[in-house]
Amino acid sequence: MTAAEARRPWLLLAPTLLALLVLMVLPICIMLLFSFYEFVTGGVEREVLTTANWHEFFTDSYYHYFLWKTVRVAGITAVLCAVMGYPPAYFIAMTHFKHKWLLLLLLIVPFWISFTIRTFSWINILGEQGVINVVLLKLGIISEPLRMLYTEGAVIMGMIHFLLPYMILNVYVSLEGIDRNLISAARTLGCTNWQAFREVTLPLSLPGLMAGLLLCFVLAAGSYVTPEILGSGRDALFGNLIYDTIMGQLNWPMGATLSMVLLVLLGAVAAVYSRYMGLSRMFKGLSR
Amino acid sequence: MSPSASDVTSGWGWQAVKVLTILVYIFMFAPILAVVILSFNDSMFGGFPMTGFSLRWYEKLMGNEAVLRAFRTSLWVALVTSVICTTLGIMAAMALVRYEFPGKQLVNTMVIAPALVPETVLGVGLLLLIRWAQEPRTLGLMVAGHIMLALPYVVLVVQARLIGIKRVYEEAALSLGANRFHTFREVTLPLLMPAIVASMLLVFTISFDNITASMFWRPSGVETMPTQILSMLKISISPEINALGTLMIVITVGVPLLGGALARMLARGAK
Repeated sequence: MTAAEARRPWLLLAPTLLALLVLMVLPICIMLLFSFYEFVTGGVEREVLTTANWHEFFTDSYYHYFLWKTVRVAGITAVLCAVMGYPPAYFIAMTHFKHKWLLLLLLIVPFWISFTIRTFSWINILGEQGVINVVLLKLGIISEPLRMLYTEGAVIMGMIHFLLPYMILNVYVSLEGIDRNLISAARTLGCTNWQAFREVTLPLSLPGLMAGLLLCFVLAAGSYVTPEILGSGRDALFGNLIYDTIMGQLNWPMGATLSMVLLVLLGAVAAVYSRYMGLSRMFKGLSR
Repeated sequence: MSPSASDVTSGWGWQAVKVLTILVYIFMFAPILAVVILSFNDSMFGGFPMTGFSLRWYEKLMGNEAVLRAFRTSLWVALVTSVICTTLGIMAAMALVRYEFPGKQLVNTMVIAPALVPETVLGVGLLLLIRWAQEPRTLGLMVAGHIMLALPYVVLVVQARLIGIKRVYEEAALSLGANRFHTFREVTLPLLMPAIVASMLLVFTISFDNITASMFWRPSGVETMPTQILSMLKISISPEINALGTLMIVITVGVPLLGGALARMLARGAK
């Protein structure tokens, strides 16, 4: 191989690598640096190294509360996504329905519809003038509109709505890969449908299910727009905390510290994900 | 023994799965349907019941200067992002699929990384870079940021297609005397066309739709379509937002469907 030959891939990669270095790697280094700067007042910080921000994060229970709340909400969301996402994935994988492609296409369509619109669409369902309240009032079941919007439940609902296609596609890809002869063998050997599912299909689809759970958890824990639209101030998550710290209080050092915390926490989850699942899996469903 | 012992599509369990599937699909699309229906509501307030059919919210929207400005901003940002990002992505994918070089695994991981790092963190990071460099926030920053966010998807889509294109075509062109660039333009590029169209559309929607990071990156006073919707939501839930939502749904679902059809035609042409 000539030197020119060896250089060629690097020439092709140069713009991409340069962009990623400047736009991603360097900013994260600066973020780490900023987390050690001293906060003076809104929008002003002194470039002296101090561990005050980190000390504040590790000792102030205010931050621990938000961290715990974020993990809890993201965990609930991921589990509910698994519970709601498994049956449709199973149906699409096993059905003889001729227009199966349509069911798959309908899972891709939400990715094209603006995330903001999908999120605020729940206001029309859960709000005081939303479908549920109007119907229940008409039927005389309730006399006062129920308060469903701007609660933690609404936030979780909105996140499930956004994450469900990811879950279904992940589980579907893994169900599709199962050798049907195994199910057939289990049935021949006397298993009922349910037993065959529990002993063969379910265990074999676990990688997809786990991948879906991790993906949903990471995406839910990193979000801050859904709580912004569907939650009240009390339903803020860690992302909202970062946004307020930086854009509201202009406390850049603390904002950088909190961002580092989120990065390390979710980065660890993503690292586990890519280590055991392989990254290509997550995009398999999307690119077809 | 029945002819197909592996057939699980019978019995109570299967019926339950079927019903649950239908319910989940309703769950996914009912809220979106409500947006479309309510956008035609004559009522002053966003919400049910319907008081009559009217197009006046669309009319009002067409006269809303802030919305139109946000729409133009988003359109330009998405177009520029789409062209640059797809170009970068094709080059990177070519290098990753067609060449062996030391450190390939690391490069691969780095190219995918923006899809794994939480968007909030990427948003804060780029903002800190700008602050550190003491530069003002411009639309250029937003374009650069969107390119970074969409890059992994382009590389993955183009890579997948490139693996399917046999090397022998390129080698044939090379052995017949074409140089590398000609070979790419005359052989590889036409075969890649479906993936390129798909990537450009994907990048366009990723950029046009982005809100999480854009909230950090937008220059002060500039709104993109999603941030405009968010600030409208903060003021009041008016039927105008539903009309805006419906228009966006028509655009963002219609464009990829058209693009998909186009890509299929191109693929057929390439065969």
